[in-house]
Amino acid sequence: MRKRFGKQSVKFENRPVVASTASIVGDIEGAGPLGNYFDIILEDDMWGEESYEKAERKMYEMCVKNAIERLNITSAGIDCLLGGDLLNQLISANYAARQLKIPFLGLYGACSTITESVLIGSMLIDGGFGANIACAASSHFSTAERQYRMPLELGQLATPTSQRTVTGAGCIILSDGCRPDAKKAYSGCSVVVSCGTIGRVIDLGITDANNMGAAMAPAAADTIVTHLNDFNKTVDDYDIIVTGDLGTFGTEMLRDVCQEKGVDLKKKHFDCGAAMFAPEQNTVCGASGCGCAATVVSSYIIGKMISGEIKKALVMATGALMSPLANLQGESIPSIAHAIVLERE
Amino acid sequence: MNHETQEQKRYQKRVKEKMPKSHALTQCIRAFIVGGIICCIGQLVHDFAQLVVMLDEKGVSSFTSIVMIFFGATLTGIGVYDKIGAFAGAGSVVPITGFANSIVAPAMEHKFEGYVLGVAAELFSIAGPVLVYGITTSVIVGLIACIV
Repeated sequence: MRKRFGKQSVKFENRPVVASTASIVGDIEGAGPLGNYFDIILEDDMWGEESYEKAERKMYEMCVKNAIERLNITSAGIDCLLGGDLLNQLISANYAARQLKIPFLGLYGACSTITESVLIGSMLIDGGFGANIACAASSHFSTAERQYRMPLELGQLATPTSQRTVTGAGCIILSDGCRPDAKKAYSGCSVVVSCGTIGRVIDLGITDANNMGAAMAPAAADTIVTHLNDFNKTVDDYDIIVTGDLGTFGTEMLRDVCQEKGVDLKKKHFDCGAAMFAPEQNTVCGASGCGCAATVVSSYIIGKMISGEIKKALVMATGALMSPLANLQGESIPSIAHAIVLERE
Repeated sequence: MNHETQEQKRYQKRVKEKMPKSHALTQCIRAFIVGGIICCIGQLVHDFAQLVVMLDEKGVSSFTSIVMIFFGATLTGIGVYDKIGAFAGAGSVVPITGFANSIVAPAMEHKFEGYVLGVAAELFSIAGPVLVYGITTSVIVGLIACIV
């Protein structure tokens, strides 16, 4: 069977099954419109730890553990853990992997990490290099703020395009076949990963670190258009087209850029970042961060697919590959979006 | 990036057009009111020092600065000043309380990394540039005043 389509897309012969998922979010995310879909909502974003970094690490570890538990296996049954977070040296994922003792491949795709992980995980399964692959990503508002922006207690105005980094972790476990032992919702192994498109780094010269949505929109548009062309599909072939964390303004720019390329997204498009918070939560343009797409896809989107409301979803987490250092040196913000197609069998 | 393509230029122009705009007038009014309140409190402290504590002119300004810095630092410590700042913008950044906020905020942030390489090393990460250019400017102005 042909596996390679166009320059960027792949199709899986042995379609990996979404065998289990888990999500953990902070209190503000839990109070948002999608709150009911998440597995664990933290009351306090320090989660009993000494620092925010340690709390994020704990979220990552617990999230992977919960997903494994639902599969009714032990961590020894996971062949590889793929994923990462937003912090330097991927400290959340690396330290969580130290505790989990699962063979680990750390990935950095900024906020696109979860689909990057699922895409590579699916390739590993299709290639026969593993039977169970865990894919996980996390972010934490307080750790991201201190690395990328200003101290938390500094009194300053939010700019009109700013977004709030999600405190949360999401994990998706892919398997090479049905796992009848898995807890109820997954034992039907109804959701599979059928194909995917590897994103290209796109940079249209946005330099404002508080306007990530606009920086990422062209990358998302590029991946959508390439995906549709590579598989000769149209928007109508999908029930929903999910983007990671463009936020409200980024969503507007994505629809605009796609419109120009002859793709009308309006009816099908759903942005996790724009949906995460309610307007009265004052997050300006919505949510961002690795945890945004990771938590929403692993809970809300896959949940809707298991229940049959969504049959075919094009899921694309978007990452702004921003470095404060490069930004200060006058560089603009390169962005990337990786797409996966989830189908209900 | 030195050589911007047509596509980049066009996209940036469109982002600029479509971008939600800051409400400059509302923000100015908020900054004026909150900044004004902070200054009124400062004036009260000043008058208290002058009329009740009976300090001399030099003592009054030192007393006022010290008390306002104490207020700014305390409100930062109990997690209130960032909320004032999110509402008032420059209104709470410009007064001396904002300066206190810019020093206490990184100090709180970096306590996890220890008192030497965390708190002490990062203490002036926000206020440092203000000090550098503030002191440099005053030296230059002082030299000019000395010559003229």
